[in-house]
Amino acid sequence: MKASRVPAIVLALVLVFLYLPILLLVANSFNAARFSSTWGGFTLKWYAALLHPSNRDIWDAAQRTLLIALSSSAVSMILGTLSACALHWYRSRLQQANHGLLYLPIVIPDLLMGISLLLFFVALGVTLGTGTILVAHITFCASFVAVVVLGRLQGFDENVIAAARDLGATRWTIVRRVVLPLLAPGIVAGGLLAFTLSVDDYVITFFVTGPGSATLPLKIYSMVKHSKDLPLINAISTLFLALTFLVVWLSQRLTQAQPDRASR
Amino acid sequence: MIRRKNEILLTAPTLVWLAVFFVVPTFAMVAISFRPSTLYGGVGEGWTLDAWRALANPSYPVILWRTVWLSLVTTAVCLALALPIAFLLGRLQGRWRGFLLMLVIVPFWTNFVIRVAAWRIMLHPEGLLRQTLLSTGLIGPDTLLLYNEGAVLMVMIYTHLPFAILPLYAAAERFDYSLLEAARDLGASGFGAAMRIFVPGVSRGLLTAMALVLIPALGSYVIPDLVGGPTDEMIGNKIAQRTLGDRNLPQAATLSVALLAFTMIPILVVYLLNRKERTAPV
Repeated sequence: MKASRVPAIVLALVLVFLYLPILLLVANSFNAARFSSTWGGFTLKWYAALLHPSNRDIWDAAQRTLLIALSSSAVSMILGTLSACALHWYRSRLQQANHGLLYLPIVIPDLLMGISLLLFFVALGVTLGTGTILVAHITFCASFVAVVVLGRLQGFDENVIAAARDLGATRWTIVRRVVLPLLAPGIVAGGLLAFTLSVDDYVITFFVTGPGSATLPLKIYSMVKHSKDLPLINAISTLFLALTFLVVWLSQRLTQAQPDRASR
Repeated sequence: MIRRKNEILLTAPTLVWLAVFFVVPTFAMVAISFRPSTLYGGVGEGWTLDAWRALANPSYPVILWRTVWLSLVTTAVCLALALPIAFLLGRLQGRWRGFLLMLVIVPFWTNFVIRVAAWRIMLHPEGLLRQTLLSTGLIGPDTLLLYNEGAVLMVMIYTHLPFAILPLYAAAERFDYSLLEAARDLGASGFGAAMRIFVPGVSRGLLTAMALVLIPALGSYVIPDLVGGPTDEMIGNKIAQRTLGDRNLPQAATLSVALLAFTMIPILVVYLLNRKERTAPV
């Protein structure tokens, strides 16, 4: 059968479309000229400018983003793993409710989650700030961790638990020595996904943030919105991209290790 | 009984967390939409339909319609581009498939705000694209690439495209391509065979892709805010303005409930169709 060329052409054009803006941004972070229309030579001055004391708030925001991402992924790893185990091992009305409730935060637009949490915090009189951001991030990350761990559980060999029990292991020993090590790659991959989602989030954070607790996406957004320091945005964004790719690469390595282990 | 106790111990932490921070806030949002707003931006006592009546204010129906329209066009274009790509990726084997799939997913991992910012910088009046078009004479000096509906649509398609490609690819991977060969042996044209056999073959992926693009598109806020002009606002922008601009929380709540109602349509359609498929005798 002679294959049509159309799909290949569409794919090539779409890849150009997908990469052009990002590559242009990275290239411009090394461009000595202020605007992307001219190439003023290679420079690292925009990166150097990031280190200037007047840009301290960018680093504060980066630090806060990292702190929130680490804590929310840690908590959502626990919540998500518990939930995934419950869903995998039990079939009941309770699990049907659990299943539905777990998927809703994934499908609902993030804007709605942000506004409803804001209204909830306002109604309760809670002061907005890092604490409310943390709660919001855990709420949307837990579901994603649960889905990833659930995927890992699907290839779980239940006989291993039965074998451990026959050999006289207590319930706690089984959890600690058998279940957790087997699930570990899934839990860590879920945690890394939660980390990237938390670092990535703008919309929900925007609603539940308080004065003086901007995260990096919020900071970048306000710089973009006011068209302030465009070359600096390129430099921060490039660093940000490098960090994201590192995390994603790590999580890919962990999930790809899965089939090898299963076959051994 | 121990089994039941264990089940509850495993289920309770997340279930309670989501009940408190997801279900209760959603109901709080519905409740606040029936409350009056106070002068200093708070939520008043008593119940009223004021915020709901204000939805009849001529600007809101226009914005609601624009939101639905832009989201539908985004969905249609994303599906049209994703179909041939999924068709190709599903047929490829080994290394190439993995590599190309990776290329499609990578932009998906880059920070959302940065991706929109990259477009804003690219379309900037002093940016590469406009200056190139100006020098080749394709556009006049009065043409702006930014702050219009076209820019909003372009960036919406850009950010949502991977959501369409991935589920369609997953469906294409399970599709039996030899069916196409059979159709062509029987005299169907290449395109005709693809439309009549491949498209129905991946219908489930098409449905998922539709929902995965349409739902977040309806809730867009960042894209119209950064690359759109004042006449390209979507419902998300109004919600943000009522929340943080002029601080009318009950009004923000009614708009959000309206948006929730719109997003429930694709969610319910997918849910019901999937259920029907599962219960149908094979």
